[in-house]
Amino acid sequence: MTTYTASELLCVMAARRLADGMTVFAGVGLPLLSVVLAKRTHAPRLTMVVEGGVIGCEVVPGRLPISTNEMRLAHRATMLPGITDLFLLAQRGYIDVAFMGGAQIDQHGNVNTSVIGHYDHPRVRLPGSGGANDIASLCSELVIVTMHEKRRFVPRVDFVTSPGFLDGGDARRRAGLCFGTVSQVITNLGLFGFDDASRAMRLDALHPGVTIDDVRAQTGFEVLIADPVAVTAPPTDTELAILRSLDADRRFLG
Amino acid sequence: MIKPGDFVEARRRLAAKPKGHRDKLMDAAEAVRLVCDGDVIAVGGCCFSRPPMLLIREILRQGRRDLTIVRNLMAQEMELFLVAGAVRTLVASWMGPGLPWGLSRPLRHYVESGEVRFEEWSHLAIGLRFRAAAMGMPFLPTESMLGSDLMGVGSARTMTCPYTGETLCLVPALFPDVAILHVHRADRYGNCQIDGYPHMDADIASAATTVLVTAEEIVDEDLIKRQPDRTVIPDLVVDAVVHAPFGAFPGECYGLYETDFSHLDAYAAAQDEKGLDAVREYLDRYVYGPPTHQAYLDLFGPEALARQQRAARELVGGDPL
Repeated sequence: MTTYTASELLCVMAARRLADGMTVFAGVGLPLLSVVLAKRTHAPRLTMVVEGGVIGCEVVPGRLPISTNEMRLAHRATMLPGITDLFLLAQRGYIDVAFMGGAQIDQHGNVNTSVIGHYDHPRVRLPGSGGANDIASLCSELVIVTMHEKRRFVPRVDFVTSPGFLDGGDARRRAGLCFGTVSQVITNLGLFGFDDASRAMRLDALHPGVTIDDVRAQTGFEVLIADPVAVTAPPTDTELAILRSLDADRRFLG
Repeated sequence: MIKPGDFVEARRRLAAKPKGHRDKLMDAAEAVRLVCDGDVIAVGGCCFSRPPMLLIREILRQGRRDLTIVRNLMAQEMELFLVAGAVRTLVASWMGPGLPWGLSRPLRHYVESGEVRFEEWSHLAIGLRFRAAAMGMPFLPTESMLGSDLMGVGSARTMTCPYTGETLCLVPALFPDVAILHVHRADRYGNCQIDGYPHMDADIASAATTVLVTAEEIVDEDLIKRQPDRTVIPDLVVDAVVHAPFGAFPGECYGLYETDFSHLDAYAAAQDEKGLDAVREYLDRYVYGPPTHQAYLDLFGPEALARQQRAARELVGGDPL
């Protein structure tokens, strides 16, 4: 049986989520690897956009970027617009889907990358939004990709850096957000959606070998369970080989 | 400091500044004398890309205090500001030492203790705040930030759109006292050209009252006149031009040299071992120690600089690697 790490599993599941021809907003690290993997398998006509101001990036194996605005990302790109103008393309409606991680995620898909504790006297000061808030507000669809841990999956994030469904129901629309939605949460345990009415998180599929009890044990709130719960196909040898060739020194895959 | 959105006061300040066509070439020490304690300073580039490191080092060498620093994504340069004790407030969307190195220790230390305030905005919000100021207007509307807790941190507001009835987020114009920027080439009057990523630099230059520029290359005005379409910052807005080859190092300057990741690896490893003392030692060695920019570059040595130049040429050649 093929073995793989949790990071590799996340990358593969996220890559499969992308359809050919989409325009994808990718961050650096695992999301970038997912987009490149999709491009090299089932979605060769993906357009990758990165917030530092790059459209149409390609990535050179072994020279993965560590920030969103460096030469490694500009290599054979099609355009380097200014950062403000790139986000305005998202506001105009040209970005289909975006990947995002976070320190805390709650049952309504809100993401915190700002502070653990109170904003003015945080217990842990995290890096902050960067473009995450803009991506969650402006792209047509947001996919959250993260490790599944109880301390991360909390009933309510300490700080809403990036809006999901806020308090659930139609709270997102009432706040004035006209566009976007959180369509899926991809973790190393399974795939999650959101209930149409309450906008509460729901387990839709488990990865091979994972049980519903495993998910409950690692989730800090009562997660809804789809009926039936599907089971995902494990990463293939081809998918894993491509990923490993991209990050041979395993700076991001761990 | 100009109140957020006060476009009338911002324009009044410009009226008092000399704007004519004149020679502005000077050294970094002279340029930085235009910076005052308590100023709001906007820093150009983004993260490791084109940080104006020579001007930053000079501001720290001259001991400016109580600064408010604005930059969209902050990296190592802001750790130096923090540990040098030069900063009261950060205005940014993000700060970190870089993805492989986790959270910023200086950021955690100074913000968690309450010594320094981090006023967080979304990345686009920072860009629109500069653009509103560059337009000479008090604010711009956006669909970003709505519903999030970022609305309660700074001075963002909501309004009902008079045309559609939709709720909009408004971000106030940000008029920095000083902008510090690093560009590829400039003439001695301050016409600036940038290769590669433009970032927010042109908006920042128009938004600020005083604009200090370092350039990899000082070119003849005739070269600017032969390719005026490449000029992104007009001499009108610039107050000081400083010649600074490798002026963004250890950060990158598109097409010329790549970020020295091995240097940042060593800097992060030293912090793992010694905490903030490692940053203090770094300040002594790289900021306060070298008497000239050349002496600073000599600390890295010509081989390291040449290696980073080769990496840049490989990446922006356009051919598949």
